[in-house]
Amino acid sequence: MPRKFTPKIITSNHLLRGDTIYLSPSGKWVDRFRQARVFTDETEATQALAAIDRQRNIHVGAYLADASVSKDGVPQPAHFREQFRDTGPSNYFHGKQAEV
Amino acid sequence: MYNYSEFDETFVRARVAEFRGQVERRISGALTEEEFKPLRLKNGLYLQLHAYMLRVAIPYGTLNSRQMRQLAMIADRWDKGYGHFTTRQNVQFNWPGLGDVPDILDALADVSMHAIQTSGNCIRNVTADHFAGAASDECEDPRPTAELLRQWSTDHPEFQYLPRKFKIAVTGSRADRAVTRAHDIGLRLITSEEEETGYQVLVGGGLGRTPMIAKIIRPFLPRQHLLPYIEAILRVYNLSGRRDNKYKARIKILVHETGLDELRSRIEAEFERRLADFAGVDQGVVAAIEEAFAAPAFVARPNNRHLDRLDADSNYREWVRTSLARHKRPDYGIVTVSLKRVGGTPGDATSVQMTALADLAEKYSHDELRVSHEQNIILPHVSRADIPAVYDGLRAAGLASANVGLISDIIACPGMDYCALATARSIPVAQDIARRFDELGLEKEIGPMKIKISGCINACGHHHVGHIGILGLDRAGVENYQITLGGDATDKAAIGRRAGPGFSAEALLPALERLVDRYLVERQDGSESFIDCYRRVGEAPFKSALYPGATQRRTRFRRRKRA
Amino acid sequence: MNSIIVRDDGFHEDELSEAVFTSLETLKTGVEVPVYLHLENDEDPACLPLYFCWLRLIRIPFPDFADGRGFSLASAIRRLGYQGCLRARGHLIADQYRQARQSGFDEVEIGKGLAARQPERQWLVQLANNPGSYQDRLFGKRPVPAAPKSGHLRPELSPSSAGMPTV
Repeated sequence: MPRKFTPKIITSNHLLRGDTIYLSPSGKWVDRFRQARVFTDETEATQALAAIDRQRNIHVGAYLADASVSKDGVPQPAHFREQFRDTGPSNYFHGKQAEV
Repeated sequence: MYNYSEFDETFVRARVAEFRGQVERRISGALTEEEFKPLRLKNGLYLQLHAYMLRVAIPYGTLNSRQMRQLAMIADRWDKGYGHFTTRQNVQFNWPGLGDVPDILDALADVSMHAIQTSGNCIRNVTADHFAGAASDECEDPRPTAELLRQWSTDHPEFQYLPRKFKIAVTGSRADRAVTRAHDIGLRLITSEEEETGYQVLVGGGLGRTPMIAKIIRPFLPRQHLLPYIEAILRVYNLSGRRDNKYKARIKILVHETGLDELRSRIEAEFERRLADFAGVDQGVVAAIEEAFAAPAFVARPNNRHLDRLDADSNYREWVRTSLARHKRPDYGIVTVSLKRVGGTPGDATSVQMTALADLAEKYSHDELRVSHEQNIILPHVSRADIPAVYDGLRAAGLASANVGLISDIIACPGMDYCALATARSIPVAQDIARRFDELGLEKEIGPMKIKISGCINACGHHHVGHIGILGLDRAGVENYQITLGGDATDKAAIGRRAGPGFSAEALLPALERLVDRYLVERQDGSESFIDCYRRVGEAPFKSALYPGATQRRTRFRRRKRA
Repeated sequence: MNSIIVRDDGFHEDELSEAVFTSLETLKTGVEVPVYLHLENDEDPACLPLYFCWLRLIRIPFPDFADGRGFSLASAIRRLGYQGCLRARGHLIADQYRQARQSGFDEVEIGKGLAARQPERQWLVQLANNPGSYQDRLFGKRPVPAAPKSGHLRPELSPSSAGMPTV
């Protein structure tokens, strides 16, 4: 039995800045997980991932990450690794958490 | 101290220019990320979770005040005002932008530094005893050997695309402070029965997924044959090391699968061939290196101030007890500066602290600093007359923690707070342990203790050789920590044994407390160290302290069987 | 014509695109005319000196630019005394050209796609910016023969009894 496809978002790192970026519903790269487009269909997700693979001079190493989606449709990281990527390190107030 | 020759300077500048071009070609698309990655790694540049990370080489852990000040400048100008000193005696900057890296490399070249071969599948920064040239138990300063190896391995055309990374460590002392037995090649300077100085060559050590202690491949190698012999090892490894599985690609696996004797005969055969056209190493280069590491001009001075302060100041006494090691001259001492302030990040120093360390080194340590693989800073040559002044200077900079060698002097890799490979965090675990035992006021009571924490199986935090090792893993989406016991990084090197199932982040600290409590009960006459106690009584009491319920169940089962 | 040959003076068409390459196994059974040898990067070159006079060129494949066996193999073949042409073939990138030359290769055969992405000047700049090597400084410069510039039939390659393999 193939596994049921769980909601995903597309994330990567910016080539020049190196920071985490997310693919938004409008197809732009945005800074935070909660702004990312949620994919609930596997084919759509893999096609979108293949399409942005062409922008290799903008980002590095895009992949699909698991998201848990709230009632109002806002995605949150499902795994602690993505949680840290979206906020920053726990020993200093640096990274995304410090950018308001 | 080794200063760049004209050739070093030309070479490093050309290398910076080359990398500048490679960055431009990556941005233009001439280089794919797949092709660029090994090139940036060879220049110390990683892409981590939140940003790029630049790993700067501090060859054999030695630097001067000017270099330390430049690291502080780089931290302020291109990073977030701090640097992280690593278990390979390097320093890492966690937040540079890709476009700034060539400028940072130029700023490093300004003070005879670089980031070459601090990553990638090549020969990495050569490490050495951090007490080199100062230790009282030294047969010879290992740094000329390490510098010779640095030059030989830098941009070696044959060995830039090895099956996997390759680490070499050198020591000239009986006490192994360079963990030579956990390296791909470990070199120990020894004197033969004929009073000739040469090397004992160890091969195939390494931590990571399959931890192994290095084996002696050559009991005695004459000094002049060092480079041909090392070259023979590398050639055999490059041609026959495994490339089908990155977890089996280190030379330790080749040693294991081929057998030490077979591998030795292949290396010896290659060595013989290499000797045929080896006319010796350029003696001018060798002499310049030897000269660079000549001992500083020590000055004999009365140490009354040090003795008076010892009598008068218990904090000073405590700090001296943990931080001062014996120098080869009785009127000097080796000061270890703890970068393990309770609650801080192991190995981190702010730019202000780096500058303070540079000032102290310039004034009181013959302009020398060292980085230890235990992520502390060493002032190697301090006259005993100056030790009170050094202590006061360190206190002012928040660097006078009296915990070197104690339970809060923890080695921790960056873990999932920064590292893209990590499976769990390391830093908060180290912080929690240090805080807890500080609160309990038990640190001094517990005495010598090495806790080492890695955030993944790659073992950058050396957990396998910690008296207590902690390995962070991801168990079904939750951080989980495995404990190993009985590891040792010294000349009695040993790989720790896994105690049992892992602990959640919440359960880890109470488990460690139970472990330490048991040690305090088991130890003899109040002075036996944890590792000695563990060796004497074995793992059983410690396992039962870690897993009290499990032991009860097992005991009940045994009783039933007996009945 | 799918390959480009990179030499110190730039890109060239492959004169050997139609040539037949011999394997080490075949070579060991004996040859009667000069041949082009294809040596896999996991093959042992120790027996090659027996056949040096029969070899017009040795080609070593690079299945992936991160697989550095070819560099050690080239170096080993030079140490065995081979003076003829050594060619690296496959996925090498411009940034490896200097290493290839310093390890003993004379030329590199790459695909046209890579040649388009990394044009001639990206290869040649590798030599122009060469600051010299630490290894030459430590050991003295090794006498690696210069690349033959035109074709690969060198005059001394006429078969002679010296080194003739016994079939």
